[in-house]
Order: sequence, then C-alpha cells, then structure tokens
Amino acid sequence: MLKPEILDPQGQAIARALPRLGFAGVSAVRQGKRFEIELDGPADESALADVRKMAETLLANTVIEDYVVRVEG
Amino acid sequence: MSAARVGIVTFPGTLDDQDAARAVRLAGAEAVPLWHADHDLNGVDAVFLPGGFSYGDYLRCGAISRFAPLMDELIPAALAGLPVLGTCNGFQILCEAHLLPGALTRNASLHYICRDQRLRVESDRTAWTHDFAAGQEIVLPVKHGEGRYVASDETLAELEADGRVVFRYLGNPNGSLNDIAGITNEAGNVVGLMPHPEHAVEDLVGAPSTDGRAFFTSILRKLVNS
Repeated sequence: MLKPEILDPQGQAIARALPRLGFAGVSAVRQGKRFEIELDGPADESALADVRKMAETLLANTVIEDYVVRVEG
Repeated sequence: MSAARVGIVTFPGTLDDQDAARAVRLAGAEAVPLWHADHDLNGVDAVFLPGGFSYGDYLRCGAISRFAPLMDELIPAALAGLPVLGTCNGFQILCEAHLLPGALTRNASLHYICRDQRLRVESDRTAWTHDFAAGQEIVLPVKHGEGRYVASDETLAELEADGRVVFRYLGNPNGSLNDIAGITNEAGNVVGLMPHPEHAVEDLVGAPSTDGRAFFTSILRKLVNS
C-alpha cells in the first residue's frame, strides 16, 4: 500500500466514481497491490523471513509503500 | 586525444536510446551501446540511462530494471563517482536503485502528459549542468505518466538545503512536490530528471529548443578537464 502521506490519485478517482454508482457513505479509497506467493514447503518462520525480504527488495518500494505479509490457505 | 565515451543503456522496452546516442554524438563524444544483460560497462567515461518503458513498467516503473545485471556494475561505479544521467524512465530507475532519493509516482491528474515544458535550472554545479547558468529558464519536452516526484519531508528539506534540486518546473505538470523536475546525489555526479534533453538537441526535428545540448557539452567538458 502507498504510505498514508503519499497522494493516491487512483484511489481518489475511484472514490469519486462510487457515489455516481449509488454507493453512499464512502469517505476515502486507497488503492494497493496484492501478491499471491506460493511456497514449495511450509510457511514457517524461515520461509516468511524470505518472503519479507522479497517484499523489502522488490515487491514494495519502501520509500513510498508499506507492506504486510499474511499466510493463507 | 580520443573522444570521451558515453555509455547508453538499453533495457527491454527502452525507447529513447537512439536519440540519446545521437545527442551524445552531436556533442562530439562516442556513444557506446550498453546492454542490460551484460556485466560490463565497457570502460565508458559516463553513462546515460534513457527513457522508455523498461520491462513494460511492470510492478513499478524501473523496479525490475534496477536488478538488471548491468546495474550490478553501474551502481558501485556511480557510488565511486562515475557520471550518470537518467531521464524519465532512467530517473525512475535511479530512484529505484537508491542512487537518488525519493520516488516517481502517478501524475496527480492520472493523465499521461506529452508537452513542451518550461523549467528553471536550479543548480549548475552537477557533472551534467555545468554549461547552464543557475536561474536560467529552458524548455524541454516531457512525456510521462509517472512523473510526480515524492519524498519524505526530511529528504525534501535536505535536497533543498543542500542545493540538490537541479531543475524545477515552471507550471507544474504532474504534481511533483516542490515543483521538482530533477535532482542530484550528494556528489553531483548522478543526475535524474523527468524531461528529455536528448529530444531537444536539433532544430531540424521540430524540437522546442536546443537547450538539451548543454547536458552533453557539460559532461564532455567535465571529462576533458578531469
């Protein structure tokens, strides 16, 4: 996700479109990215450490973006 | 004395490498093609990262190019003082590589912008801007969808205090913070900007100016004198 202080014109455009479609009560929209990463083995601490490293080096630009790692499935 | 050799990097999706090479040759230097997949800077005296859509701008502009084999050579060389100029996508790559601070994000208008842009030269103390005068107004083409310069408040304050804002927009086209169009690193050897000097070197092709020439005469003068 873009950090809260970074302008997100795409999110703003979406927020402006929602009322036109009849959706009321939305005060703000922020747009982000989601990566689904499948691992060969279990999602243990060492595998997750690698995933965090992937996020840090390539998937996110930590100058402008925050990231969260979640295990699913 | 042999001509100065300026490397022009081509990634998959680079568009402006031929114009960049032509601008370098017009200034009297030798343009040396550099390929993204090579671990070799070919002994060049300076490097130009031209614009385009390297790797299709996938993930983020410049995010994948930043890890190209050539960059493994270029990053340490730039940190050691090799003059490097990045325009447009080249600027985005330099930011992703952390050779320059901050990042380039979607234009505030969400529109792709293609126009002749007035700029003010804020610093003539970099390797690529010696032949300008600080305060000089110039016109260069801009063409980008992700050119909005952003950085933390601390970084912006540092850039301003140290005179590292090199170009400022006169009539901000994309919402860049502090109207920043181009910046330099602490040493002044790495410069990145969104506008395109390589498209403004010849009257013949309908360029809005020939203001871009000074980038290349600047670097040549520096290389000859060093």
